[in-house]
Amino acid sequence: MSLLIDAAARVVVQGMTGREGTFHAQSMIEYGTNVRAGVTPGKGGTRHLDRPIFDTVAAAVRAEGVDVSIVFVPAKAAADAVMEAAEAGIGLIVCITEGIPALDMVRVKAFLAERPSRLVGPNTPGIITPGRAKVGIMPGPIHKPGPVGVVSRSGTLTYEAVHQLTQSGLGQSTALGIGGDPIVGLSFVDVLRMFEADPETRAVVLIGEIGGSGEEEAAALIRGGFGKPVIGYIAGLTAPPGRRMGHAGAIMSAAQGTAAQKIELLEAAGVRIVRSPALIGRTAAAVLA
Amino acid sequence: MRIHEFQAKRILAGFGIPVPRGEVVATAAEARAAAESLGGPVVLKAQIHAGGRGKAGGILKVETPAEAAAAASRLLGQPLVTSQTGPQGRLVRRLLVEESLAVARELYAGVVLSRREARIVLLTSPRGGVDIETLALSEPDLVLRQEVSPAAGFLPFQARSAAFGLGLAGPSLDQAVTVLAGLVRAFEATDASLVEINPLALTAVGALVAADAKMDFDDNGLFRHPDLRALLDPGEESAEELEASRAGLSFVRLDGDVGCMVNGAGLAMATMDLIALSGGRPANFLDVGGGVSEDAVRQAFNILSSDPGVRSALVNIFGGIVRCDLVAQGIVRAARDCGIHIPVIIRMEGTNVELGRKILADSGLPFTSEPDMETAAREAVRQARAAGGPR
Repeated sequence: MSLLIDAAARVVVQGMTGREGTFHAQSMIEYGTNVRAGVTPGKGGTRHLDRPIFDTVAAAVRAEGVDVSIVFVPAKAAADAVMEAAEAGIGLIVCITEGIPALDMVRVKAFLAERPSRLVGPNTPGIITPGRAKVGIMPGPIHKPGPVGVVSRSGTLTYEAVHQLTQSGLGQSTALGIGGDPIVGLSFVDVLRMFEADPETRAVVLIGEIGGSGEEEAAALIRGGFGKPVIGYIAGLTAPPGRRMGHAGAIMSAAQGTAAQKIELLEAAGVRIVRSPALIGRTAAAVLA
Repeated sequence: MRIHEFQAKRILAGFGIPVPRGEVVATAAEARAAAESLGGPVVLKAQIHAGGRGKAGGILKVETPAEAAAAASRLLGQPLVTSQTGPQGRLVRRLLVEESLAVARELYAGVVLSRREARIVLLTSPRGGVDIETLALSEPDLVLRQEVSPAAGFLPFQARSAAFGLGLAGPSLDQAVTVLAGLVRAFEATDASLVEINPLALTAVGALVAADAKMDFDDNGLFRHPDLRALLDPGEESAEELEASRAGLSFVRLDGDVGCMVNGAGLAMATMDLIALSGGRPANFLDVGGGVSEDAVRQAFNILSSDPGVRSALVNIFGGIVRCDLVAQGIVRAARDCGIHIPVIIRMEGTNVELGRKILADSGLPFTSEPDMETAAREAVRQARAAGGPR
């Protein structure tokens, strides 16, 4: 068992012939991900990285039976690419693209609500199930298989946490970035429920940040009873209100979405909060010891 | 992106929302002329990108053109300190001179994006003129929400419900329906992240007028709106933040003395927090991007070393897809080009980290290499103190 992807997942790369798409498709193939096809409108019928390229996602589904898509399409066209994948029946769509207008995501969420597809991201490093498959842009070698589920809103901070876990002798069941944008697909709550149901996951590391209410909702879920220990870190205690801190979603007002409030609620729910980002791995090791 | 009140009012007027008659002025003579042509008592409003102007004395009502000129010379060219500007305030370079309204009631109308529902939401309240977030926490019953369906759009019955909730009747009710629909349309048409009329004035004769207006736009949507991008007022933005964003860096100035340069937004926030946890004060948020290109690092060094308040710099890089040895080479070249004159503490982790650390050590540059984040942060704080202590 693992979350959402395993070695059998048949992956299509939307935007595979571009620079980013090529680089990361190659890296996924080397990691062992079953990358079957690419989609670039206008380049259908050609081959790239020894895979067939199709003009449409629907054609890739018909020819290769792909069921997972990873999107590297530029921000202006990315929402369209996600909806095309959903319409073609792709079950899991991972959108790496950063910079998609929020109102485009309003349309995407409404479109997906009427279809069975699940979306991870946008503005996410993706998903990795160490040793089996990665559908994302994270560095594979820092991961190792094991019992800790990792869910986060950021990229390099997630790599940092994963690296610390691996250094502490703890592998990961799955590591998943929900994305740094204000409107994303899967939420912390969605992913926590999957980790709770996953027999391979024995503990969860949750990495949040200022802005929005995803961490608050996670706290409410955990407070209501969560069968596994959760270790939490929230970034942005020193961030000023009203300023966007890199991620489009990392902006808070003086009254809402502050790190202090998120920490308080998560702690009250029984989450083991780590104050220093340097102690995520060691704390997880102590909790699981 | 933020714009001024007078710019927001021009945009909203285009969506059928009544705004007071007014003119934008930059001198006392222009203020006098504007007051003359408007006739009667007028209000002078400082145009800065911050709220809390009224309490801070940035909004003045005057009776005559001569008084308008006098008030304008007091406001113009001076910093205005409000609850939102910080102690240094913001320089007032323009005033909006408007007809004075006979206000019977102050209402609230705003449009925001609800992240949780992934919907546009219209917020209204019969109690205008106060901070809506505070009101929503203290008296939630006084804030009404209408969610906009992405499929059906904002519907007339929703506008009516909101208008009834504002306590309006008769012609004012009909006018509110038009105003509220226009507000939602303005939000959608401009890729806004906030449209707010606070207060929405109900005048003595029962007319609705946008006494104030605020619009913020989604930076990610600006590519669709070159006309809006042109409204950016460089005088309201920090020059170094603008320069950083042109170079593809994400930079926010804070008031501490420990600078930092980090790859990735989450890790950058975590690094700021760690500086504070180590007893120091972060001078900035600075994300050079996950890939850490040499150009980005050069720009970042330039920004940090041109800030006289920065007494040490903490570089925190997690090299994943980009190898640490390549990152180290880039840092060394950028530092040589920029001529670093503050202590630079580097913590690097990830792929090929040993090679990376060796390159830094062999460079002969004044780098202190630390193996982990905590010792690096402590060292950066210690060096900042040694270089002059907290300001």
